[in-house]
Amino acid sequence: MMMMPSFKCYIVSFEEILFSGELAWLSVIGTQGEIGIYPGHTPLLTEICPGPAHLKTTDHEEKIFYLSGGYLEILPREVKILADTALRADDIDERRAEEARHAAEKQLLSKQDQVNYAQVATELAEAAALLHTIRRKNRMKKF
Amino acid sequence: MSNTKEIRTKITSIESTQKITKAMEMVAASKMRKAQQFMKKSRSYADCIRNIVGHLALASTSYQHIYMQSRPVKRIGLIVVSTDRGLCGGLNTNTFKYLLKFLQAWREADTEVDLCTLGYKADVFFKKWGNVIASKKHLGEAPSVNDLIGAIKVMLSAYESSDIDQLYIVYNCFINTMTQKPIMKQLLPLEPIESDALGQYWDYIYEPSPESLLNGLLVRYIESQIYQAVLDNQACEQAARMVAMKSATDNAGSLIDDLQLIYNKARQAAITQEISEIVGGASAV
Repeated sequence: MMMMPSFKCYIVSFEEILFSGELAWLSVIGTQGEIGIYPGHTPLLTEICPGPAHLKTTDHEEKIFYLSGGYLEILPREVKILADTALRADDIDERRAEEARHAAEKQLLSKQDQVNYAQVATELAEAAALLHTIRRKNRMKKF
Repeated sequence: MSNTKEIRTKITSIESTQKITKAMEMVAASKMRKAQQFMKKSRSYADCIRNIVGHLALASTSYQHIYMQSRPVKRIGLIVVSTDRGLCGGLNTNTFKYLLKFLQAWREADTEVDLCTLGYKADVFFKKWGNVIASKKHLGEAPSVNDLIGAIKVMLSAYESSDIDQLYIVYNCFINTMTQKPIMKQLLPLEPIESDALGQYWDYIYEPSPESLLNGLLVRYIESQIYQAVLDNQACEQAARMVAMKSATDNAGSLIDDLQLIYNKARQAAITQEISEIVGGASAV
């Protein structure tokens, strides 16, 4: 049997290393949209948008992480994700994420002038990305 | 008789001090393990970003970031990492002594220095005569990058606006439990990083643009270096405290032994004196 093509992947945040191992496939949300990465990808450097990182290891195990932003370096045989904050999808609290989204939306809609628009928009985007991650994870479970 | 009583109380007080230092030693030992773990965990981020920045420097991009350009040095920025608390041996004193040599040399060369202090001890030390433009105290045992970002930002914008022309950091490098060594590292302009070669001519695809990417990445890189330095220093602090407290406990032990000997002698002398007094009194009758 031929060896499955694979690439090395590291997901690290300032505080810890969340994942390192051989992957068959990885998908991350970059500034220009979702990027699917297979072994032998051309070198690329990009910023990451808040959202899920979905990966499949060489032993057909799928995992989902939540990234709040950061940088992504792709080399043909190696991918590094430098996350600002990263969470394993299992660690995300769905209810809290939902609450955070509602709070941010409410603040955006309220007509107060002193609301810091940019900050609230970021909060909203992060909460939405968290929920997106959870939904994606739930979908994965069904298969 | 009062003499023996005095020695007795002295021994008791030293014993209670010994108990405290012993407890502090054990606390420091367990904290040191934690601090070392922190240091190791975050090192992977620092290694990764170092690697990427190294690749970037090799990549044939025409864009030169301001962090990579060196310019004549008129004013220097210096980040001093120290501990928040004392009782950790000569850790901070060594750092400051090491630093003073450089400060002296810079003063002679007519270069001014702007300081950024991280940790209470450096803040107190340099407040008197240094030009402190940013400081952060009370980082706690598990500092997060968010705590440092404010102070780092001040230094980086000072560099960007050409207020300072070089940026250094001084901290204690954790070698092992017994040895910690103050070192100084240049942060800005970036020194060339050794990295594995990736072929002759190549470049990344940048999304969206090299300028904005590079800017963000390099700031992250500096932040991670400073964060790493703080964690290193923290591991040093606990190690130094452990060693200092261990020697304090040992010293207290030998002090108690000495005092015990003196106490016994004094007691003996008192008894002998009493007997001789009685004997003298009896023979006089």
